[in-house]
This record gives sequence, structure tokens and C-alpha cells, in this order.
Amino acid sequence: MDPIRTIRSRTVVMPRANIDTDQIMPARFLTTTTREGLGEHLFADWRYDAAGKAIAEFVLNRPEAAGCQILVAGRNFGCGSSREHAPWGLYDYGFRAVVSTEIADIFRSNALKNGLVPVVVDEATHAALLAQPGAEASIDLERSSLTLPGGREVRFPIESFARYCLLNGVDQTSYLLSKQAAIDEFERRMKA
Amino acid sequence: MSARTLFEKLWQAHEVVPETPDTPAVLYVDLHLTHEVTSPQAFATLRARRLKVRRPDRTVATLDHSTPTDRDQLFGKVPIRMESAARQIREFESNCAEFGIELLGLTHAQRGIVHIIGPELGLTQPGKTIVCGDSHTSTHGAFGALAFGIGTTEVGHVLATQCLLQRKPSTLAVNVEGELDRGVTAKDLVLAIIHELGVSGGTGSVIEYRGGTIRRLSMEERMTVCNMSIEAGARAGLVAPDETTFAYLEGRPRAPQGAAFERAVDAWRRLPTDPDATFDREVVIEAAAIAPMITYGTNPGMSVPITGTVPVRSGDGVHAKALEYMGLTAGQPMLGQRVEFVFLGSCTNARLSDLREAARILGGHKVATGVRFIVVPGSQQIKRQAEAEGLDRVFIDAGAEWRESGCSMCLGMNGDVVARGAYCVSTSNRNFEGRQGVGARTLLASPITATASAIAGRIADPRGFLS
Repeated sequence: MDPIRTIRSRTVVMPRANIDTDQIMPARFLTTTTREGLGEHLFADWRYDAAGKAIAEFVLNRPEAAGCQILVAGRNFGCGSSREHAPWGLYDYGFRAVVSTEIADIFRSNALKNGLVPVVVDEATHAALLAQPGAEASIDLERSSLTLPGGREVRFPIESFARYCLLNGVDQTSYLLSKQAAIDEFERRMKA
Repeated sequence: MSARTLFEKLWQAHEVVPETPDTPAVLYVDLHLTHEVTSPQAFATLRARRLKVRRPDRTVATLDHSTPTDRDQLFGKVPIRMESAARQIREFESNCAEFGIELLGLTHAQRGIVHIIGPELGLTQPGKTIVCGDSHTSTHGAFGALAFGIGTTEVGHVLATQCLLQRKPSTLAVNVEGELDRGVTAKDLVLAIIHELGVSGGTGSVIEYRGGTIRRLSMEERMTVCNMSIEAGARAGLVAPDETTFAYLEGRPRAPQGAAFERAVDAWRRLPTDPDATFDREVVIEAAAIAPMITYGTNPGMSVPITGTVPVRSGDGVHAKALEYMGLTAGQPMLGQRVEFVFLGSCTNARLSDLREAARILGGHKVATGVRFIVVPGSQQIKRQAEAEGLDRVFIDAGAEWRESGCSMCLGMNGDVVARGAYCVSTSNRNFEGRQGVGARTLLASPITATASAIAGRIADPRGFLS
């Protein structure tokens, strides 16, 4: 995994609350057996009509959405199903961070393992971002901070180990594998 | 030792390495359940890194999510219609064979929905940590096991190391007291709890369901409640093990047998929350105040008593968007709303007791003209038990479809889907937009409400069908 330090981009704003992972990646695309190519199906039922034609009003279909890496979404983003296909799709599409006042547990955990930074901010910061779709914001992972379009910097909470892994491009599987001796010992105690 | 909650006991017993400010805990997993949809990329990672499955003996696989519930497709008389699903199933079969994992495969007599078969086989036991790449893993918490859903990367972690990296969640006690009214089921109770907590009210926490009402629930009912913990955002749901739990497990094929069972029960008796232990947060629910519930919107928190009306909330964009999708009008009564589909199934409500209650409501009634009523037992064993009791005849004679087990119409990825724009009263767990098929309109309810609605062709109050 490539290390992530800063993300600087215009924002895409989806103000709806409780955007669940069935919206992010509908179940019919889950019969895939790879991680790749899911960006094409991201928000499929909001993005395309019954005939498969792009719905012009949907935010990701507007020309200004192209190249945006920061998604600002309504409260409780990523609720519902544990499908990791949701963060895979967001990442494959080009997003590198999701900003909301609340991010669902399993989605957050999945996002952190795939180079997608979950950023939880207070209501006022959220309101400021929602009010300026397409404005440029930046995220500094080392400082755990988000800089708003006006230049105001706010800190956000992020689990320290996941942050370390993102900053250094360390994958968590290797870390767990390094705990082999402790796991062996635990299993020995369990048997006794 | 200071007083501890059930959750704290479970957590501490599985800490391989405790958490520090810099690193999460390494938590041991006793049982890993896996299925075809959320595992292929994890197996690919193992293969790429030349890793083995650390404990195949603690891993059990089944086919449920993209697996067809049509008999001919399931048993290979005709090809599986969805080519991508067929490929996924084949890949899963070969992954399990390659890595030495026991698979309850397509034609296996014990196959079924992953959260149904774990308890049914006695694999699910008090005191265990249980994970699966599926958010409804919370179901197993009904036994006093710490059970939660994980993503595919974590499926890989467990396959390779039998462990997970986890931060300790907070605790939330949901205390339920009083008698549930006639016609009010565990499903109505959990819908009322989610309504009270909100769909993110449980985020970051593990719920312990407590109180007299919970103690009086059967294991099947406790599973229905714990199953939907995730719909309130919680990582897991728990019910302390008791005599009901032990009686359910005794004699199950994968539970300890004989003297080993007695020893296990002794250990399980020490699991319940100590009297002086405290929770980070507590809420109280009055069981007697709950009516049969039904959802009107596009998340499981958007529910009303069945005799209620679609709420009026001017200025609430989420509410307006949900009503637009659902094709419902604020202020309209729920009773009498026309329905085209009724789905009785899923890991929430497809156990034998659910089928029995539904069959009792059905009695000699027929499914209304224009309604497709699909009944999908939670496992092949449940299907056979129901057939031995003649329940299949009750459903078939009424005009319902009687299927092989699987996730079916809960999530529309196996060929069973609700038509665009059609209304479906469903005993499943999610009414998200498109969950049961593109444009499908889901109304979550109990098995008896669903069955009453199938007879009426409209949303109906099950209490009118109780003899």
C-alpha cells in the first residue's frame, strides 16, 4: 500500500444522512471475486437510470466531480452491510477521504485498511463543507487535520495504529503475522 | 477482581495482546464462519503471500448469499442462472478445498444461512468469539458469544492468524421490562428498539439486551433481536446465557457432549454480567407499550406501529426522500397499503418457530390474488423439519412458493428479487433503497404480519388473524 500523507482536492458533497453500503455498492455487483473495477458501479442506482444512462443531476455525473478525492457526506455514512466492496469502489473511483459527522463502525474499519481516510468532524465544520460544494479542502494525516476552504484548520480523531499504517504504507496483515509467538502462546494456554 | 459486564469477560478472555494507546488489541477468534461473497479476495491475498489458513478446524464455510433457492439450480439439474454467482460459488468451493476448510456445500444436508446454521449445529456457544464477513454476525450474541461482522481484509487476517486487531468498544445496556402483548413478536421488539436508539445510536458499542422480557424470550427470539443490533449501528448484541441457552444447545452435534457439556455449562454460568458492573450507557424499553411494527421508510429506524400513519415531518429532507422512494404519502395509514410481494425468510426470521407461526396465521386462508408469497427456510435442516410437520403443504396449498434455504430476497443478489416499484412486506432486516432489487419498496415486519398481509393483499394487522 502506498503511504498517504496529504490529500488536497475539491470536494464532492452528498448531504444525505445514513448513506448505506447498499447504495454505495448494490449487492448485485458483489458476485465479483476481485477488488478491481468496482468504481464503475459506485452508487450505481443513483448514478444510472433503468436503461443504464447516466442521470445528469446526480453529483458524480457532473463535470466538476471529475478528479475530486474528498467526499463530504451526511451523518452516519457507510451504515449497513459489512461489504468491503463499498470502500473498494470509492477508492477505485478516485476518492481518498470521506468526511462526515459520523461514520459507521465496519465501514470505517474497512476504509482504513484500503487507503480511504475516514474523517469525522463537528457539526459546524460539516455545515461549512456542505455549504461549499467543490471548494478546495486539504487533509494532513500527520497532523490529523482538515483545512477548510477558508484556511481554518480542524483536528479530527483517527485510530493511532491505523494512522501509522496509512502514513507508512504498512499493511495490518504483516503486523498481525509478527504476533505469531504471542498467538502460539495464547493457544497453548487455551489448551491447558 | 472488580465487577465486570458479560462483554468485558468475553473481551478479556480473548486478548492475545491487550491494547495500548499506540496499538489495538490482538483479539483471538474462536470460530470463523465464512461464505462465498466476502471471502474470495481474502483467499487471493493468502495465495499471493503464500500463507496458510492457521486454524481450518476453527473455520466453517457455507453457501448462502449468491446461492440460488431454486431446487433445480441448487441441485444441478439446470445450470445456475446467474453466471457471475455460479462462478463465485465454484471459486469458493475450490478455495475451501485448497485451504482445507470444511464446506457445507450446495447439496449438503446441513447447508443454510450462515447465522442460522451456526446455532443450529451447536457451533455457536456462550463465551466464544465469533466473526464472519457479514454484519448480521451479531445474531450469535444471543448465546452470550461476542460475535460481530468484519470486512474482507479482516477475513484474511482471521484466516492467516486466527486473530483480529480491535479497539475495545463501549457498552450499552438495553433493559426491556414487561410483557409483550399478543401478536407482538421479537421482531416488533427489535424494530421498536432501533426506532428508540436510532440507526446510529449504537455506533461504537456492544449492546447487552437485559431485563425480564429478554429472559423470557426463546433462543430463536433472542437471535432475532441480536441479529438486528447492527441496524442500530452497534458492533454486536449480547444476551447473557441461561437455562434457555443451555437447553437449546444440549445434544446439538457440534456442542460439547456428556460430561464435557456439564463442564461447559459450569463455565458458561460464570459469564453473565456481575450485579455491580456498570455500562457506559443504559436505556429502558417498556415491552407492554410495543405494538406490531412496520417500516415505512428506507432505513430500519423508520418504523411505526402497524395501526399508525406515515409520519408527517415537514422540512426533513431525509424523510421526504424516503417517502418519495417508497411512493407513500405523509399521514396515510399503513394498514390497507397494497402489496405485491411477501418474503418470509432471512437470518432474522427464517427459523422453524417463524415458519410455524406463519403457518398458523395462514390456516386455511389463501394468498391474495396478485401477491407473490415466497417462503425460504433458513437452512436445509429447518426445511426438512418443516416438511415433516406438514408446514410446506400449508404454504403451498395457500399459493406460496416453498424454496430451498439461502439469503434469497433479503439482498437481491441470487436471482430472487422484488420487481421495480413493487411493495414487499419482508421479514428480513433492511429496507434500504434497492436492497431487494432495483426500485423495490421494502416494508419490514414480523413473520405473522407478513403472512397476514399476504392473505389480505394489503398491509394487515396480524392480531386480526390470531385465533
